[in-house]
Amino acid sequence: MTYQPSALQLQREAAKRRASRRSTLIALSSTLAVGFLLVLVITGAQGYEMVKNSFFNWHYAKQAMPSVFHGLLLNLRVLIIAEFFVLLLGLLIAIARTTTSPVLYPVRLVATIYTDLFRGLPLLLVLLLVGLGIPGLRISWIPNSAVVLGTVALVLTYSAYVAEVIRAGIEGVNPTQRQAARALGLTQSQTLEHVVLPQAFRNVTPPLLNDLVSLQKDSGLISVLGAVDAIRAAGIQTAQSFNFTPYLVAGALFVLLTIPLTRFTDWLTRKQDARQRAQGQW
Amino acid sequence: MSALFEIKNLRKSFGENLVLDDVSIDFPAQSATVIIGASGSGKSTLMRCMNLLEELNDGQINLDGIDISAYGTDIDSVRGQIGSVFQAFNLFPHLTVVDNITLAPRLVHGVKKDVADKNARALLQRFGLADKADEFPNLLSGGQQQRVAIIRAVATNPKLLLLDEVTSALDPVLIAEVLTLISELKREGMTMVIATHEMGFAKKIADSVVFLHKGRVHESGTPDAIFGSPKTQELKDFLSALHQAGRL
Ligand SMILES: Nc1ncnc2c1ncn2[C@@H]1O[C@H](COP(=O)(O)OP(=O)(O)O)[C@@H](O)[C@H]1O
Ligand SMILES: [Mg+2]
Repeated sequence: MTYQPSALQLQREAAKRRASRRSTLIALSSTLAVGFLLVLVITGAQGYEMVKNSFFNWHYAKQAMPSVFHGLLLNLRVLIIAEFFVLLLGLLIAIARTTTSPVLYPVRLVATIYTDLFRGLPLLLVLLLVGLGIPGLRISWIPNSAVVLGTVALVLTYSAYVAEVIRAGIEGVNPTQRQAARALGLTQSQTLEHVVLPQAFRNVTPPLLNDLVSLQKDSGLISVLGAVDAIRAAGIQTAQSFNFTPYLVAGALFVLLTIPLTRFTDWLTRKQDARQRAQGQW
Repeated sequence: MSALFEIKNLRKSFGENLVLDDVSIDFPAQSATVIIGASGSGKSTLMRCMNLLEELNDGQINLDGIDISAYGTDIDSVRGQIGSVFQAFNLFPHLTVVDNITLAPRLVHGVKKDVADKNARALLQRFGLADKADEFPNLLSGGQQQRVAIIRAVATNPKLLLLDEVTSALDPVLIAEVLTLISELKREGMTMVIATHEMGFAKKIADSVVFLHKGRVHESGTPDAIFGSPKTQELKDFLSALHQAGRL
């Protein structure tokens, strides 16, 4: 005898389908209506033709593309190197801040001051201080390339953010986990490496990736130091043509650059939520 | 001949709160010692002192005739010789059952991964958990989790096994499977210290019973003596309270 859903269940499923069809329809029509209104408002605006010509000019877009793209490759290099050092430094600072031994008090203090300082300072200010201040010292062995110093500034600021995220992850691991590991004879560092950190990272992957997305786009700020990245390249084009389309091209490329990571973050967050619900932790 | 594990004049306080006062107990090799006492009488603290998770305020603890409470003892190496299981199943949620079991053998005792893996699977097989070897702990029942925790504790061949209310968080059917596992380990000659409220089990498995009251060893002896003819009023009260709670 095969299972036949009861009339009640069939009715319930039909109602559910009707409701979902209706909400799709509502979503679709409201999106269309808003889009239509936007088009009307924008194209109807007095300065529309001018803005269209100076920001959305296909000719200039094509012309700017190669050099802006070339600039983006610099951003890419900068952010890969920066991400590596941000994670490394952030991890070290987070570990330093979560130590409890009285002997390590100075280490904790330094780490705390560091995070307080660099989370509070606007990134632009750090860029200017590092990028213009350090070359001003004229210390021969310190490179004064805008790219290097810009990367350093990004690392300084973002490692402070990332350290706080990782610290939250470490503190979120149940203390009994640490005790269980120590009771098995694992040393402090083995406990950290094999028991605490894997769980900590798992807990904070979404906010961590969020910070990295943010770092990706902020890598464009190194242009204020004169590094010829995508934004600077667009600026150079703009200065020649008095047309702002290259900036839009750079913007579009940055968005494209961050989309994979944001989608990945969303996906991972949803997956983790689902897993936690399955565990009944909510 | 001294016992395998000895506690001598142990004293432990948390601030003003004197939790263990002049406690002395001998744990002979291959014996099962059951610690009983009301909630808050210091059972867990005693066990945490035994594997040096708590610092002593006075007294001495000897393992194999060596004072492990001495200043400068390699605490990690001592803990590697003592298996402990607590009330909450402290399995590592990010590791599979096998990896939970092999972590200490690999990291603390330098056993090669494939050897540790084989040993772990053999242990799981022996205790009826072979099909759970590659699961993550959250997919196991409470009883299975606690059995894995016990297997993890004995996978390093400890000289002593500490079991602190390992069945308190379980329902009766699951309690039985955990107690069966403990009885088998006892048969194999494991020296163990058990804090429990399962008095029926205590009677069966114990070689000696220690009644803690207000941080002191109030009465101790064979299970027959402790449960059959308690001498002090405090022990009588404790046992009759348990009786009323249906634990005896
Ligand atoms: N880490 C701690 N800090 C302060 N007091 C504690 C701590 N652990 C246990 N105690 C106290 O020690 C006493 C004994 O607790 P415990 O050893 O857990 O007893 P039992 O396991 O017999 O229930 C209790 O009064 C408890 O409040
Ligand atoms: Mg307890």
